[in-house]
Amino acid sequence: MIEIPTKIANLRLKNPTILASGIMDEDAGSMIRIFKSGAGAIVTKSIGLKPREGYPNPSVIELECGLLNAMGLPNPGIEEFKSEVIKLKKSKVTVIGSIFGSNSKEFTVLGTKMQDAGVNALELNMSCPHAKGYGLEIGSDQKIVEKITTNVKSSVSIPVFVKISPNLTDIPKIAQSAEKGGADAIVAINTVKAMKIDIETQRPILSNKIGGYSGKAIKPIGIRCVYEIYKKVNIPIIGVGGINTGEDAIEYMMAGASAVQIGSAIYSRDIYVFEKICKEIKNWMKTNNYKKIDELIGVANL
Amino acid sequence: MNYPLVTKIIETKNENNRIKTIKFENNKKITPGQFYMIWIPGVDEIPMSVSYIDKNIIGITFKKIGEATNALFNLKKGDKIGARGPYGTGFKLNGKKILFVGGGTGVAMLAPVIEEAIKKKLNLKVIIGAKTKNELFFEKRIKETGAELFISTDDGTYGTKGFTTDIAEDIIKKNHFDLILTCGPELMMKKLMDISKDIDFQASLERFMKCGFGICGQCCIGDGIRVCTEGPIFNEKTLKKIQDFGIFKRDASGKKIKF
Repeated sequence: MIEIPTKIANLRLKNPTILASGIMDEDAGSMIRIFKSGAGAIVTKSIGLKPREGYPNPSVIELECGLLNAMGLPNPGIEEFKSEVIKLKKSKVTVIGSIFGSNSKEFTVLGTKMQDAGVNALELNMSCPHAKGYGLEIGSDQKIVEKITTNVKSSVSIPVFVKISPNLTDIPKIAQSAEKGGADAIVAINTVKAMKIDIETQRPILSNKIGGYSGKAIKPIGIRCVYEIYKKVNIPIIGVGGINTGEDAIEYMMAGASAVQIGSAIYSRDIYVFEKICKEIKNWMKTNNYKKIDELIGVANL
Repeated sequence: MNYPLVTKIIETKNENNRIKTIKFENNKKITPGQFYMIWIPGVDEIPMSVSYIDKNIIGITFKKIGEATNALFNLKKGDKIGARGPYGTGFKLNGKKILFVGGGTGVAMLAPVIEEAIKKKLNLKVIIGAKTKNELFFEKRIKETGAELFISTDDGTYGTKGFTTDIAEDIIKKNHFDLILTCGPELMMKKLMDISKDIDFQASLERFMKCGFGICGQCCIGDGIRVCTEGPIFNEKTLKKIQDFGIFKRDASGKKIKF
């Protein structure tokens, strides 16, 4: 029999497909629905200390080969969000709490509060490409990445994942800094910094002008990043970026990913995409005589 | 593709001093009840239900209530806006005897479905309401369809003094209806659903929207139902399962705001 349960640090997943942060994960109802429709785990929207409205619309639009967004980290703040996490836990959802802060103190406070609310793991957002003072602005400095990871790790007992950006010159170095800080896994990649100018109105379409590109177009970038990181770190990698099919997930695994996150594909294949991808993974494994998913991880690193 | 088509406004009409209609070209098929994401370049992009559906031309009718609608209100014929859509589900005219109830700007999106029902020779009664006389609009348009029209104002400056739901309660007692269609303040629609008892019921919900195509999660209600793609029109079976209906909505940050 083909088995696809997965383990990242001590986090056990019924399958390796995880809902990526920022997609249908603002309220418990949506996250429960996605979990029930087949995801192995859910990553919450990135949550900060205080409510943030995010940027005005247009904040997300579709381009030829993917989605461009600059939401601006909208979130109700950790105090309000706690009740959503509590609801998720009542429904036995495996949930990874995504948090963002501007310094290690904020990350630590948020991490502790998320853990208290009941999340199974944390994802530190050090890669949002379009929020001033957060995300990538912090995640591009090796020392800061290491310090934040160390401080969060020392204040919580649940696994800590660090989500890193493709918008860096030396991605493996940032991954190594997270590993040095004690991260249990690396999540790669966040969206790719991008822009669309509307030629009819002669202006950038997004209200924030610059945003992050996701979907099919960024898959080769994600594959390359995971491949490079796999060679330099000894902790698991969760691959994310442009995964639409089981074959895409397998490609990420061959590059070195132990699990994958899926976001934009909800648009092209609806919320049942997790179930569909798991089925496609199993079919591929059956055709190619694989019994356990672990046998695939990193095989392309020749 | 979910990208705004930039188009020039071909006609504008002030319905009253705070409500305006803007018309632009469209060559897509639309079901009454569907909406567009309207981009006001440099300002915002907001969901707007369609209020006029003519061959190759559609209209939106809105009230000045914030930055985006104020900017939209000030646009003139020839100015550019972006439109992407149509999005969402439309009304389904199941049945022969139909009651329409529109409150405030909710009347705007009911008008094209009333016209469609008349074309299908259905038997209909329409109730529209506003806070006060000078906030009413589309009275003439609805009367011209031949539908039997009832009007209420909260302050009694026109029509019956009181709420649309007061008139509805009375009409429902005296008549048989197969279906009730409504759009307006959510508390009004909730009350109407309670009054409607076992009559089939469809209501158009409004939530803060960002993507409009079912991915960002901003407009989700109940157990993860996306108003933008699975709504905005919901029937009573779904509405009864949505714990948020008539209780709260979420602001741009995702924070709950009570009605």
